This record gives sequence, structure tokens and C-alpha cells, in this order.
Amino acid sequence: MQKQEYTITVYTENQVGLLVRIAIIFSRRKINIESINSSPSEFESISRFTLVIHETEDVIKKVARQIEKQVEVLKVYYNTNDEIVWQELALYKVSTDEIAEKVQVERLLRQYGARAVAIRKDYTIFETTGHREETQRLIDFLSPYGLIEFVRSARVAIIKASSGFHEKLKEFEAAEPGEEAVENEYLGKREELFSM
Amino acid sequence: MSLVNSILDVEEQILIKPDTTPKAPAREPGKLSGSQAVLEAFIAEGVDTIFGYPGGAIMPIYDALYDYHDKLKHILVRHEQGGIHSAQGYARASGRVGIVFATSGPGATNLVTGLADAMIDSTPLICITGQVYAHLLGTDAFQEVDVINITTPITKWNYQVTDASEIPAVLAKAFHIAKTGRPGPVLIDITKNAQLDKFVYEGYQRCDHIRSYRPKPVVRKEYIEEAAKLINSAERPFILWGQGVILGKAEKEFKAFIEKSGIPAAWTILGASAIPTDHPLNVGMLGMHGNYGPNVLTNDCDVLIAIGMRFDDRVTGRLDKYAKQAKVIHLDIDPSEIDKNVKATVGVWGDCKETLPILTALVKGKQHTEWLKRFNEYKQIEEDTLIQKELNPEGEKLTMGEVIHQINQITGGNAIMVTDVGQHQMVTCRYAKFNQSKSNITSGGAGTMGFGLPAAIGAKFGAPERTVIAIIGDGGIQMTIQELGTIMQTQVNVKIVILNNEFLGMVRQWQQLFHDKRYSFVDITSPDYIMVAKGYGIEGQKVSERANLQKAIKTMLDHQGSYFLEVMVGKEDNVFPMVPQGCSVSEIRLS
Repeated sequence: MQKQEYTITVYTENQVGLLVRIAIIFSRRKINIESINSSPSEFESISRFTLVIHETEDVIKKVARQIEKQVEVLKVYYNTNDEIVWQELALYKVSTDEIAEKVQVERLLRQYGARAVAIRKDYTIFETTGHREETQRLIDFLSPYGLIEFVRSARVAIIKASSGFHEKLKEFEAAEPGEEAVENEYLGKREELFSM
Repeated sequence: MSLVNSILDVEEQILIKPDTTPKAPAREPGKLSGSQAVLEAFIAEGVDTIFGYPGGAIMPIYDALYDYHDKLKHILVRHEQGGIHSAQGYARASGRVGIVFATSGPGATNLVTGLADAMIDSTPLICITGQVYAHLLGTDAFQEVDVINITTPITKWNYQVTDASEIPAVLAKAFHIAKTGRPGPVLIDITKNAQLDKFVYEGYQRCDHIRSYRPKPVVRKEYIEEAAKLINSAERPFILWGQGVILGKAEKEFKAFIEKSGIPAAWTILGASAIPTDHPLNVGMLGMHGNYGPNVLTNDCDVLIAIGMRFDDRVTGRLDKYAKQAKVIHLDIDPSEIDKNVKATVGVWGDCKETLPILTALVKGKQHTEWLKRFNEYKQIEEDTLIQKELNPEGEKLTMGEVIHQINQITGGNAIMVTDVGQHQMVTCRYAKFNQSKSNITSGGAGTMGFGLPAAIGAKFGAPERTVIAIIGDGGIQMTIQELGTIMQTQVNVKIVILNNEFLGMVRQWQQLFHDKRYSFVDITSPDYIMVAKGYGIEGQKVSERANLQKAIKTMLDHQGSYFLEVMVGKEDNVFPMVPQGCSVSEIRLS
């Protein structure tokens, strides 16, 4: 089985220590987490972790089950890149003098879809949002002009086929799962496990 | 943990008053301290026994316990590891949740081995650890250790309480999590202020639902139907069962299933005793030192039905040569186990107490006479080449097997057998006779030496009406021998049998077989155990001659109270059969 990039989406209770519980599932198996993001979800009180992992589907499937086994994890999905829409945000700090003198800033903003988020006498901060290649392109462009600082955020992703967590949550909140609850979902959709 | 050190703790110093008559702290109406709330929760959950060791950061709970000692029995162990193994033994023998108290810092870190053991062997425990005051967290305070993060990978759930009012709900959650689904250990770390503070107590409410936690999956009949179809068309079906049958309290359902389907069934060491040893469809033990037939025929069956077991590598041997010819049906309550090691053709996720009766109803009544005969043929080979020599040896030296055999003769298979880890463990699991469930208590997945003695103590508290026999090696006993002190103080009745081969036998066996007999640090000396036992007020004797063995075992079992029997066995005896590591189960060696 080929390794590829998977985005794992984890809905959890908002609980101190849960990040560690999730992270050690990967470190125990010596799997690198390429990117990890913790954020609120569409539902109040429920957090959403987004992780990017480069692994085979077999490993991802097992790891996803291990994550879902954690008491405070509600649901785990994993997706390949074509099943999601994702973005990463990057900030670039450059010398204002350098950039104003040598670069056509308007063109740069247009061409790279960048925004100037801060302009000071001594430095300017640009921001771009996009896929890895897109944020990388601006680094490549700015590097010759002295890139003072660079930072890129973790990936955030929306699953294309997802209809949100509201319905699922209703099932979870029911003390006795009703007829509709697809508890044995793992087994019901063996091949498309965790995808929607 | 720290009576000396706690003198440094000014607040505790103030608490020490010259008045020697203990008084119950005045109770404000409607208010409880966090400590009292912990104990109230225990009473509401029907807890009767706590294994623990006091210390600075858990003193408020121990102070509260002073007033509850008529309702809650506290067993003072000699080391926190002994405490948690005792709680494991208690849980395994009784089917209830084991409770452990330990203080912060080293008290808590001493629980780590037991937590790891309970986690992998799915034992329901609640460990309460004391913690420094909340305002001191992260300051490297005296006896402060980050217990939550240390224990995260080895607890089913853990939580730090910093506010007394959280306690009732947190403990209710802890009990629910520990005992439902696939059981496991839960650790609750309570800061000292949360133990001391008073809050308005509104009673204890049991927890039976946590929205993010699905212990009991809805049973999906279509998978069971698919499984039944496979079973009904199978010619050589074979059942492997594990502890899930015992944890699910599904022994009856399991027995009904095998009896109707007529399918031979073999067990993992944690599944042992779920059905009696002499049941005609019980074909023996799986795994590295399991029986000949079950191992070889795993690679010959056409449908493999795994029930409440997790295909541990000690059971499967080399995975890419494991049951490749068979369709696999896997019943487990833990979805992460299905497809983890062995890919299932049909996975049935659910509590086997619910899934087995449905499956039983769907399978055809059959008798696999020919197929069963093959198990018996292998059994005969194993009997002739190996078992007879082990149980009725001609050599001068006593064998481990004959000791277990003699114990069987006297107990008839009615005792709880608790083992440590090593050769004696494999021999006991192989040869001990079991008539009823929850009779084989051993450290399986973790292989924790030092487990045996404390677990036996706990088992006796968990099943006081039963005879508890601990079989331990000369290595393992020296890891937790201090628990003889617990026996002395509680007068608990545990029969301790040391099978002494003057070696760390299992490691020596591997060194002999796979390392050219380079016996590297396996030559272990022992103290005069009988004298040590006597020092703790425990009667005992040492046996080296066959002529004295039976009588000595009888003396031990007839003795009122604990007894220590040391049996000198052959120094370089090996446990066979054996599936060497990295080999397929069908490459099992008889010598």
C-alpha cells in the first residue's frame, strides 16, 4: 500500500490533556504529525482537531480507530486530499525599505494573492492563504530580499461531503442509541472507513 | 510514603495535636469535604475493599477514611505496586472494580507497572492518587510528579481534580468508564485542596452515559448472519476465545454456542477457565507454549472464529503465516481490535453476551467428529512425547508440571490459580485444571514479574470463599516479596507455592535454545524463603523429594491461614511445546 497524505479530522470534548492523548497515539508508532490544528467546531463545546499524516491507508485506519477509542473523542474521519478543501495561512516579515525599493508591491500582492497586514517604517508583514505550494512560492520570491521571519499555520480542512456534526451529535447525546444510530459504522462501510 | 518528609509540610505539622482521642471532624450540614465525597462515591458504587498506601498528599482522604473504616475495608500494602496488583487480583477474581489509593510523586509512579498491566489485560481499576495543592502545580513542589501525563498511555481514562465539587461527577464517570465496554484502569489525581475543601453535596448520581463514549455498540445482525453463514458452511471451523468471554460474563452463552455448533475451541491464557478444562470441546491452550493441536490446526482450519481476544503475537506467532487459509470471524467489543493484527472476513463488533446468543440461534447444530478427532490425535502425540514425562517424571528431580498435577489432584480444579510470569506461569496455564470461571489470574499482555503474590492477596479478598493458590518463580517472588507483610497484617489466607529452579528460568531457556547456552545473568540466588516467611509469621516448608510432595501440598491446603511452600524443581527444565519467536504456529516444537 502506498503512503500518501491524509487529513484526519477529530471531533472531541473540550478537555485538558486530550491533545496529549491524541499525539501519543502517533509518537508511540513513530509516525510524524506533519501538521496539527485545534479549533472550535461548528458546535459549541466541541473541539475539532485537524491533523495531516503521511502514511498508508492501512496504518491511518488503525490509528483512526485508536483515536476514536479515547473516551473523550466523539468521532474521527480521515480523508485524502481530493475529498477535502483545505487551507494554510502564512505570514512573512520583510524589511520595508528593501521591499518598497526593489519590488513592485502591488504586483506582488496580486500575483500571490497576498495581503499586507502590517506596514511599519522598519518592516512589513504579508499574509497569504492557500496550499503548501502557494505559500512556498511567496517565500521563494521574497527570500532574495531578506525574509526576516516566516511562519505557516497548520492545515485547516473542511470535508466536502460532510453535512456537519449536528446530526451526529444528537445521536451521541441520546442516552440509548435509537434505531437510526449507525453504531457499527466501521463495519458497515469497511472500504470507505471514516470517509463520508 | 513520606512520614519523615511530611514533617517539612507546615500545615500537616499544625494538624498534629497532643490530644490522642481521635474525633470526627465536625460536619457542616449539607457540606462534605472532597475526601468524604470520594468515600461516599465508593459506598454508593458498592465498593468494599481498597488497597492502598498513605502519604502526604493523600492524607485528607486517609483522614476521612478513619470515619468510614466500618464500611470500607482498607488493605495496607507494603508498596504501591503491590497495591495495584492486589486490586487487579481482586478485580479479576470478583469481576468488580479494583480500588487503589496512593499518594503523589513516588506513590503514584509506583502504580505505573500495574496500570500498564491492567490496561493491556483490560482490568477495571480506579486509582486515586493524591496530588500537591492546585496552586503548587508545575512548581516542582515536594512530591509533585505529572502523574496525568505519565499515565495517559496506560489508562483508559485519567483526570485531575482541582476542585472538590467536581468529585462526585468525576468518580461516577470513572466507575462507568472503568467497568463498561472493554474494561480498563482509570486514574483520578486529586489535589490536596480539592480533598480538603468543603462543598455543598447534592448526593451521588451514578453515570450511565457519556456522549463521547460508546461502550456498548448496537449489535448489527447482518454481520452475525454473515458469520453464521460462514460457520454453517465450514468443514473445519475452529474457535479461539479470550478474556472477553469472562469480562462479558458470557460463559454460559459461549458454552451454548460451542455445544450447539460442535466446534472445537481453544483459549488464550486470559481466557482460560471460561469453560471447564475437561469440557469435551475444550481442545486446549493457544500460543507460544500452548498445546500442539490448537497451534498446528490453526493453519488447517477453514473458518477461524475469534471471540473476545486480540491476536497477541504470543498467540499468533509469525503473522504472515498465521491462518492464511482460513476465513476469519472476529467478535470483539473493541472496534480497534478488529483488523488490527489479523484481517477479519467478518467483524462482529459487540458485547459477546449479546452477539453470541444471536449467533447460536443462527448456527446449525453439528458435530465435527472427524475434525475433533484430529485435535485428539495431536493431543495424543503431545501426551506421549511430553505431557506424561512432565506430569509423571521418571527423573530424580521434581518437575513444575508434576507439582501442578498434584495440586489438581487435591483441589480437583476448584482453586483460583494465580501466577507470576515465566516458566511456572506457562506450566500452570498448561496443566492447571479449572472447573469454574475467573480461576486463572495471571499477567498476560504485560508479562509483569512480581504480579503473582500481590494479585493472589487481592484475589482472596475478591473471592474469599475460594482457595487461592499463588504459583510463583524464584525470580518473581523476589520482586514483590515485601507483600508477605500485607499477608501478615491482614491474616489473609493465601497458599504460596514457589517453584524454585535457581534460575530466571524462561530467560535461561531462551538463552539455551537461541543464544548457545550463554547464560547471561540468569543465575539468581534465593534467600531462605521458609525463614523469611516465618519472619512474617507465615508457616511453610521446603520440598525437594518426590516422596514428600503430595503430603506437603496437602499440609499447605489443610493449613489454617497462609502457607509458604517452596518446591525445588529441575534447574534446566524447559517448557515445551514452544513456537519459537518469528516462527509460524504450525512450526511448533515438541522438544
